[in-house]
Formats: sequence, C-alpha cells, structure tokens
Amino acid sequence: MKKTLILTTALVSFGFAANADVTVMSWGGAYGEAQTEAHVKPWAAATGNGAIMVDSDNPAPAIKAMVEAGNVTVDVASVEYADAIRLCDEGVLEPIDAASLPAAPDGTPATEDFLAGAITECGVSTDIWSNVYAFDTTKFTGEVPTTAADFFNLEKFPGKRGLKKGAKAVLEFALLGDGVPAAEVYALLDTPEGVDRAFAKLDSIKADVVWWEAGAQPPQLLADGEVVMTTAYNGRIFAAAINENKPFQIVWDGQVYENEMYVVPKGAPNKDLAMEFIRYATSTEGLRAQAQHISYGPARKSSFAEPIVFKDGKTVMAPHLPTAPENLGNALETSADFWVDHDAELNERFQAWLSQ
Amino acid sequence: MAEASPPLLTTADGRPLKEALATAQSRAKRRAFLLVLPLLLFVFLTFLVPIGYMLKRSFEHDGFAASAPAMVAWFEANPDFDPANPPEEAFAALVQDLAQMQATKNTGMAGTRINYSVPGSISLFKKGAREAAGLTPPYKEALIALDPDWAKPMLWRGMVSAADVYTAEFYLVASDRQLTDEGWARGEDNERIYLYLFFKTFLISGIITLVCLLLAFPIAHLLATLPMAKSSLLMIMVLLPFWTSLLVRTTSWIALLQEQGMVNDIFVGLGLVSEDGRLTMMYNMTGTVVTMTHVLLPFMVLPLYSVMKVIPPSYARAARSLGATSWTTFRRVYLPQTLPGIAAGSLLVFILAVGYYITPALVGGADGALISNMIAANMRNSNWSLAAAVAAMLLVAILVLYWLYDRLIGIDRLKLG
Repeated sequence: MKKTLILTTALVSFGFAANADVTVMSWGGAYGEAQTEAHVKPWAAATGNGAIMVDSDNPAPAIKAMVEAGNVTVDVASVEYADAIRLCDEGVLEPIDAASLPAAPDGTPATEDFLAGAITECGVSTDIWSNVYAFDTTKFTGEVPTTAADFFNLEKFPGKRGLKKGAKAVLEFALLGDGVPAAEVYALLDTPEGVDRAFAKLDSIKADVVWWEAGAQPPQLLADGEVVMTTAYNGRIFAAAINENKPFQIVWDGQVYENEMYVVPKGAPNKDLAMEFIRYATSTEGLRAQAQHISYGPARKSSFAEPIVFKDGKTVMAPHLPTAPENLGNALETSADFWVDHDAELNERFQAWLSQ
Repeated sequence: MAEASPPLLTTADGRPLKEALATAQSRAKRRAFLLVLPLLLFVFLTFLVPIGYMLKRSFEHDGFAASAPAMVAWFEANPDFDPANPPEEAFAALVQDLAQMQATKNTGMAGTRINYSVPGSISLFKKGAREAAGLTPPYKEALIALDPDWAKPMLWRGMVSAADVYTAEFYLVASDRQLTDEGWARGEDNERIYLYLFFKTFLISGIITLVCLLLAFPIAHLLATLPMAKSSLLMIMVLLPFWTSLLVRTTSWIALLQEQGMVNDIFVGLGLVSEDGRLTMMYNMTGTVVTMTHVLLPFMVLPLYSVMKVIPPSYARAARSLGATSWTTFRRVYLPQTLPGIAAGSLLVFILAVGYYITPALVGGADGALISNMIAANMRNSNWSLAAAVAAMLLVAILVLYWLYDRLIGIDRLKLG
C-alpha cells in the first residue's frame, strides 16, 4: 500500500515536472477568450510548446500571493498598468528586456513602435482599454448626450446614471465633465482643491447614481432600463452592441484610457518560455490578432498598418478602439504614477463620501 | 477499623488488571489520534498558519527598514531629533540610502512602505533615488531643492516609524487615525471610514439576524410539527435555495427588486405606485438586508428545526391541561426549550453576515458597503498589511462577542443538530 502510494506520487509529480506548459493568467470572460484565441492557441501551435489559460477575477493579487508564498504556478499574467508598476516596485515581477521585443515588420525597433509608456520595466502592453460612458439610443428622442459634461447635466438629460464604485477614473471623469482640460486634470487632482472640486461635481448627481462594481454590470443596467447612461469599460459595451445587437452607443468625449500589461511573476516555473510567449504575443501581429477579438486597441503603431476587422468578418474595428484618432479628441491617459501614490488615500475618501 | 484492602484483580496471565487496561486504552488512544492526525494537520496548515501569517503582516513590514540601513542606524543614534528640522547628517544618511536603493533597485519597496502613511512618497523616493548619486553636500539644501516635500515633518515622522520593522501604524490607520506634521491624529472628517463601517457592519448583521429569526421561527415550527409528507415538501423548499449558487440568488433579487424589476412592475400594474414613483428597493441598505436575509435564512431554519423536532408535544399539552393560556404555554414552556436552537442559529447567521463580501458589493449601492469590502479594496491596492490589520480587528471583535455570548448564554447550550 505504502509503496503504491510513493510510486504514484512520484509518477504524478514527474508528470507535472515533464509537462512544460506555459500558464497564462488573465481576466476570463470575453477578454480572456480574446487572449486565448489570439495568443495562447497560436503560440502553442507555432512553437509546439504547451500553453494553457487560467482565469482570475484580478490576476495581480493572485500572483503577489504566489510569489510571497514561494509557490508560483503562473508564468505570464495580464495586469492593470498601475499594478505592473506597483508589483515591479515591490519586487514581485521579473524585469523584461525591452530591447528583446520583436521589431515592427518595417524594421522599426519595438521601443519606437510602441506608444509612449506602453513598455515599463516589468511589463509590456497588450492593449489599451478605456473607461467611457454609454447610453441606450432608444431612451432618447431628439438630442443625445455627446460630451462628458452631458453626463453630469441632469436638467438636459434627466434619469439615473451608472458610475463605477471607486475613485480611479471616476474623479478624472468628474473633472473632465466640469470642463477641466485633459492636460490639467492630474495637476489639479494633486491639490486638495482639485479633489474637492471633483467630489463637488459628483455631489451634483449623487442622488441619481446607481453604483456598479463588476464590469458586467453596466451593460446589464442599461439593458434593464435601470439607468439612462452609465460609465463602462468600452469592450463590454462593444460586445453588447455588436454581439447582442443592443442599441448602445459610446460617448468617447472624456474617455480615460490605460494600458493593460503582460508581466512575468518572479520565480515563474518557465521563465524563458514566458518571455518567448510575451515576445510572440506583443509582436505587431500578436497585438493585431487580439484586437480582432475585442475592441481594445493595440499599443503598437505598426499594428494599424492595415485595417483591423472584428472576428465577425464585417465590423471594422478602428472606430471602436480607444486609440482611434477621432475618439482621442478629449481623452485622458490614466496616470499610473498618480494612482500608485494616491490610490489608498483617495479610495478612503471616496468610500467616506459615499456613505455620507 | 482498618479497611481490608480488596484482593488485587489480575488478568489470566497474572498482570494486574488496571495496568493491562491502561496499556490497551493508551494503544486505542494512539490509534484514534493517528486517525484524526490528517485532519489536525489540515486544520493547522490551511487555517492556523495562514491566519497567523496574516496577523503577523498586520504589525510587521520591513520594506523601509531593510532597504535604508544608514537611516535606521541614524534614527537609532538620534532618537530625539526634531522632525520639523532634521540636521544635515540625517539628510546625508538619506542620500546615501537613496543612492544605494537606486543601485539595488528597491526604491519602490521603501517608497511603498512610507506611502502607507504619507501619500505621495513613492514618486518622491523614485525621483530622489534617480538623482541621489549626483547630489553634492550640503545634502539638506540639495535634496530640498530637488523637491520641497523632503522637508515635510510628516515624511520624517513616517520614516522614523517605518525604520522599525514592527509597527502599530496599520492599526492606527484602521482606526481612522492619520499621520500629520505633528504626529498621529484623528483623521479628517471626510476621510474617516473604518470605524463607521465596523459599526455599520455589526448593526446590519444584527438586523439581518433578527429578521432571519422572526422569519425562520414559524417555518421551523411548521417543519417540526407538520405530517411527514408535507414537511418534506417544505424542507425541500427551504433547502433548494440553499443549494443554489450565491451569485444566482443575488442577481435574482436584483431582477426582482430593481426599479424596472418585477415587484415594481406589479405595483405599477395594480396602481399602487405611479410610474414615476417606483420604489427604490435595490442598490441601497434595503437591498442588502433583503438579499442577505434570504441567503442566510437556511442557517437559522436548520438549527431551529433540529431543536424543535425533539421537543415532546406532551409538555405543551400538559401546560394547557393545567390551565395555561396558549401565550403562556408558548412563552413559559415552548420558547425556553427552543433557546439552544435560537442561540446556535443567531450566532451562525451573525458571524456569516459580518464577513459577507460579494452580496453587499453587488446590491449595496452607495451606502451598502461593509467592512469586508474595505478589506478587499486594500488587498486590491496591494496594501496587505492594512487589510490584515482591519481583518485582525474584525476577528478580535467577533471573539469578544463570542466571549460575551458564552458568558450570557453559555456555549454548552448551543445546539446545531
């Protein structure tokens, strides 16, 4: 009995050891599916290595826990920009050599091909996603909202609003809605007066707000008619509008966008393969492929050389991407430096404000 | 009157019986212990070790202490310096540490640690470390010229506190205190949140426990007294939701109670409320209480049922035949016998409600957040020490309640089934 146990245990652990699968951890849902189809499966097919995708509701705390416990089972993780910086600061991530990333097809080095800020010490951008607001076109006869200010204008557009229950992106949106130019938002938020001003703007609609927490909620709130307009992640609204034919329209004015990053946790079991995977996934073609599955924009200029078409074969992606020139009119890039410094402080203030 | 000692009993092979019995029993005990050993190990590894580790994090953090040796040494040598006006040597030690942090790439760790009490420190440290190697004496002027924030007394107080690996800082923050230029003080009114949320969590959990008890008591009584066929059907109706996923039940309540939901549609259809006057029953405290009551109801019904099932009906009949009214019978005879069930159910529901996370997050709206949501928020923001401190305070509060409960009702009267 004992011998059988030892033997099977040894065999099982041998089985695990021999199996050099690269494990990628992402957010699940439509997003995880896009990365599975665009990166995980093609890479496995092209290189002959195994690769599997695992889901998490937020990979950042998960990999931090793994590294701290000294039991890392994930090789590549998809994390928010601020987390890629924060976890890198905390020594949880492996540095990634930017020079090793593949050049664009025309020979432009990766460091110039990527948009500014899309490569950090420990992370490489997979896409740019955005906090936008959207409305149900059937709920408006005549004039429709077009600007960030309209979101806060209850007289012109009465009805409930959906807003994310958190300080990040909401405070910026409030200032943009108050007429602050995008370039001045973070300088203003760095002062007590700026924070007060953002909260004052939110106060003006507080009684009519339905707060959401999970990304799946805002399309649902719109579909149920609980709100006439709501902030949301642009990909979720795109999915509802294109895949499910919902009459939702995005207002890009006042969008707050940021990079999503691939990172490698320190002590990843297959570090070299993980780096190879990232080089493949963040190549010009890898980023293009992901944008064919979900409406988040590639962070490489060369990925836009030819028009990107959605997987349904007819929807041209460009107008649905946060980085399309016509959508960038009044847009703000999230400042990771600001939020790494002020996340805790402003979230406490936000929670206190909510419960007043 | 000497007592005659009884003859020594022995086994067939002549050993004293007592000794043989002890040997046999200790062998049985050892075997029994070996049987529960896997469970003990499991509890130790998956329960006690993580909780201990978490508690340790709430008062231990070496992010700054490990990466700034010169500062730690200087603070130790000069415990009485004035944070409002630190001398040149302090700045020299700081510049030396910053330069070293840049070389060993742990600026982020040190900055993160200071940032917990002094917001804005991460970028300050990063900027300082980048420039440190090029700075020339006097360091005080050089560093302040780089960024005036280096002269802030609050920053120096934060660094003194962080130079010690062990700190009560996270507990101070979790009790709504804030580091200022003069030291730790009561936080700004518009940033105080933790104590309020503790209070609210316990209040809402209390309300939910009470509502659960009021709803569950008649159900459990019916379950215990109805004929078998009917009570099995009722039991299935209690258990079916219990077996359904928590998320499904929560979202069903959203579909029912939201402004465009079924309940409001029916009210409008019946003319009870006007189209514009639809009731707000979701995304607020009402939604939280209704949904959590429903989710937790079986935890009250089942202990009550198991206790009521074994109360002999003859007691109540005896009381009635001796002339008691039905109210007196209930109050003096039936209710006291159900107390162990009430106690067990209430304790179970209350403790589960205090730690609830996903339901308040989904249906709570603006004022529905509970303390567990703040723990989750701090985990997300990668401030695990603060999350651990809040969790530890919650744990202590529950243990105190448990102790009170034991003193008032007695834990041995608890009956779960």
